[in-house]
Amino acid sequence: MPVKVMIPSPLRPYAGKRDSAEFSARTVGEALGHLTTEFADLRKHLFTDEGKLRSFVNVYVNDEDIRYLAKENTPTKDGDTISIIPSIAGGVRA
Amino acid sequence: MATSVQPQTGTKPAASLSNEEILRYSRHLIMPEVGMEGQLKLKNAKVLLIGTGGLGAPLGLYLAAAGVGKLGLVDFDVVDFTNLQRQVTFGTSDVGKPKSEAARARLANLNPDIQIQSFETQLTSANALELFKDFDVIVDGTDNFPTRYLVNDACIMLKKPNVYGSIFRFEGQATVFGMPDGPCYRCLYPEPPPPGLVPSCAEGGVLGVLPGIVGSIQAMETIKLILGRGDNLIGRLLLFDALGMKFRELKLRKNPNCPVCGTHPTITKLIDYYEFCGVRGEEAPGPTVQVPEITPRELKVRLDRGDDLFILDVREPHEYQICNLKGHLLPLGELTRRVHELDSSREIVAHCRSGKRSAEAVDFLRKAGFRKILNLKGGILAWSDEVDPSVPKY
Repeated sequence: MPVKVMIPSPLRPYAGKRDSAEFSARTVGEALGHLTTEFADLRKHLFTDEGKLRSFVNVYVNDEDIRYLAKENTPTKDGDTISIIPSIAGGVRA
Repeated sequence: MATSVQPQTGTKPAASLSNEEILRYSRHLIMPEVGMEGQLKLKNAKVLLIGTGGLGAPLGLYLAAAGVGKLGLVDFDVVDFTNLQRQVTFGTSDVGKPKSEAARARLANLNPDIQIQSFETQLTSANALELFKDFDVIVDGTDNFPTRYLVNDACIMLKKPNVYGSIFRFEGQATVFGMPDGPCYRCLYPEPPPPGLVPSCAEGGVLGVLPGIVGSIQAMETIKLILGRGDNLIGRLLLFDALGMKFRELKLRKNPNCPVCGTHPTITKLIDYYEFCGVRGEEAPGPTVQVPEITPRELKVRLDRGDDLFILDVREPHEYQICNLKGHLLPLGELTRRVHELDSSREIVAHCRSGKRSAEAVDFLRKAGFRKILNLKGGILAWSDEVDPSVPKY
């Protein structure tokens, strides 16, 4: 059973409108690597040009923020859920 | 553990309810969790709502109905026709009126026993601390990043709880920031996303009920803070997915290195939040990138004289269904993948709703080697205003 990556609605347009994707991965970084390989348009929304996770994108493994774990090296096990939580300002901006 | 807020001192707290109030609040009074003691706490509480829009609507209605003694309403906007789909405080006859005043009138009608103060002003670094200081709880129902950071920082500096809610299309978030041992917004998001990387307007929109649900959660958290009852969303980010009808929660930690609420804060006074967020207001009109443009009238003249122009519509299919200029539909998000569909030898006019997304498309295509490409200035909205009013605006 692989790792499930939840894609939030603001990023779904760059992920083929998918709300989640599953990959075999040993770490968060590996899972996000698979994700951005499959959906190349997502890359610039998640990573800087230097390949670092953007500061306004929060990533959780289950309910824990990876910033307080081992960041992108945080190990994942089968059945884990990785959530990408971008900041949303709310309201409607037309 | 329940956390309670201390009411502001100054005025003498109310010690009893009138018979009419007892009748009005009887469904609270017969609950042991509220009772006379809780209802008096509500009566003596002062809550400031930042924004009276989608989130502010249920917030204002429920907090007024619940008997929160003083409500402040901050909004500089006026009621727009497109607000009525979700901002249920307002009626059709309110269109064109200042929101803070229209909301005040509606809430005063709902509960004449409470004090309601409307502030028809934009919350700024210059007025935030002065506005906040008289209130016990600040509720953030805004729609833009600069104001969110401003509300957060001002709440930390004044040690006021900040009841946070935000929404996007079908998803909502809610939590309580600004409590002594809890995290703040900057612990969660140290920096805002740069303007170019926030979701495009194509993906905007919101299902009308969603702010109703998220705003109601904020109202519930506010009332619990005042009552000192139950478990608040402190250190927990509640995520709501309306499509999947699922609630989840994530752990939020207080960041000891947080520039505002950490052990050695580096931001100790309010800053320029528009500069911090890299925008002069999120609704700053016009394209973000400078590209060659054509006005709707010029386009009309050229089409009428039979020029060979390829109209490229970079909006989403569901927008095309609302109205279109019979252009070739290729959503901005798919442009990189489907660029081969376009013929660079033909003259192309790209358009979207307002001209912003198509400016990005023109910029991208120019970089990809397209030379004969123009952006329709003001998009289909301007086309409707200047050329063909039968095209609906949305």
